[in-house]
Amino acid sequence: MNAASVAPDVEIPFDHRQSAHCESGVIASLLRHQNLPISEPMAFGIAAGLGFAYLPFIKFGGLPLFAYRMPPGSIIRGLTRRLGIEMHFETFRQPAAGMQALDQYLSRGRAVGIQTSAFWLSYFPPDMRFHFNAHNLVVYGKHGNNYLISDPVIDIRVECDADSLRKARFTRGVLAPKGLLYYPQYIPPKPDLPRAIRKAILYTTGMMLYVPVPILGVHGIRMVARKIRNLQSRAQHHNKLLLGHMVRMQEEIGTGGAGFRFLYASFLQEAAGVLGKPGLAAMADELTAVGDEWRRFALHAAKMCKGRMPMDYGLLADQLLDCAEREARIYKRLRAEVK
Amino acid sequence: MKKNEVPQQNAKAFMGHSKVLYALDEQGRYVPTPCNGWEAEEIVLDQAIAEFQHSAAAAWQRARQGVGSALEYHMYRQRMDLVLLAQSTGFFRWRVRRHLRPGVFEKLSNRCRQHYAEALGLAPAQLDVLPDQL
Repeated sequence: MNAASVAPDVEIPFDHRQSAHCESGVIASLLRHQNLPISEPMAFGIAAGLGFAYLPFIKFGGLPLFAYRMPPGSIIRGLTRRLGIEMHFETFRQPAAGMQALDQYLSRGRAVGIQTSAFWLSYFPPDMRFHFNAHNLVVYGKHGNNYLISDPVIDIRVECDADSLRKARFTRGVLAPKGLLYYPQYIPPKPDLPRAIRKAILYTTGMMLYVPVPILGVHGIRMVARKIRNLQSRAQHHNKLLLGHMVRMQEEIGTGGAGFRFLYASFLQEAAGVLGKPGLAAMADELTAVGDEWRRFALHAAKMCKGRMPMDYGLLADQLLDCAEREARIYKRLRAEVK
Repeated sequence: MKKNEVPQQNAKAFMGHSKVLYALDEQGRYVPTPCNGWEAEEIVLDQAIAEFQHSAAAAWQRARQGVGSALEYHMYRQRMDLVLLAQSTGFFRWRVRRHLRPGVFEKLSNRCRQHYAEALGLAPAQLDVLPDQL
């Protein structure tokens, strides 16, 4: 019998609340755990998590990457930087050392966030398990050989056996977690929320409007629209895979709906109250309407893949262009609102 | 999207779980709302899984006929492809491609096998085993 399995059981009281997205959910619940009440949309918004990127040179199963948000890791870093929170991050070379450190934090009564692959987590429904290395969750205890986990995208508390968790924490490849483990080390007594919100909105809208690269922000959306309009009908199998892949990135991978647009609208609504600017709430309503259009795009694309609707690349491209134009208008007015 | 418009189509893949979407309540305020499945998501998820199954079935056929290796079958079964398997073993792609050839695969050293076994989450002895049927 090894040392890990004779360690006494621990369970740290932890409030499990389901979230839309793993990273914003984990950091919001870790901060709540240390008495800084913050909602998931607020965490996502202040982190300036919203984005759009079309990265044709990064391939997943031969398909380009569509991202509706900033890269993994940037939510935690963005949020804590703007609020003056100091995080403790730790990675490990040896899996055994990483597991031992986790056990030690738990035995000292500290719940920690960790980065894992989604494929090896034994509690994930089998059909939802894919090799995505930047999933985040909170470990808050250990019973025998099982870790007690608050996974923000799952509706209930779950458990994962030590072997699976070790594998999930130490997979290799793109975005390899290297056993990453983190917790807030210092939280300022009174973070300046209004200032952080304004800075974050300026950052996000600047990113979406003015980065002079054709694959990012609203330019990126327009480029994808062009690509879809020009798809060749003879490569229909590949085109269907491409559209399906895009819809999965938009809806399935814990985005809160419409590729994070609803999550961001929720943030704007909350920010309107904090800043006392009703104009932001009006923008939230408009972003909701754009989100609804993204959802219609997803439904059309999916139905076309399945043959429940005739394939019409022009229609999908028009929908995307519409989203891009409307988002551009919203971001410009948001900038005027907070400047 | 309003709260009462959030689709509840009981997706098989969720196995009774639900996820959270942000939707508007009666007063027009955003609230986290559970969703247990949506047609669009179900279609694209099925499509992604079917693609892996299709590749695995093709690899199984090739291995049966002796022109492919069991390793290739296991790779697709564990929802990987050549690029991903190369990344998770640390081998170059050309090396993995070579190892996927049946003759080469049989002569693989124990150390190499160990790398593949670890990446695929299988016992090293299982790497050669091809199931009798799919």
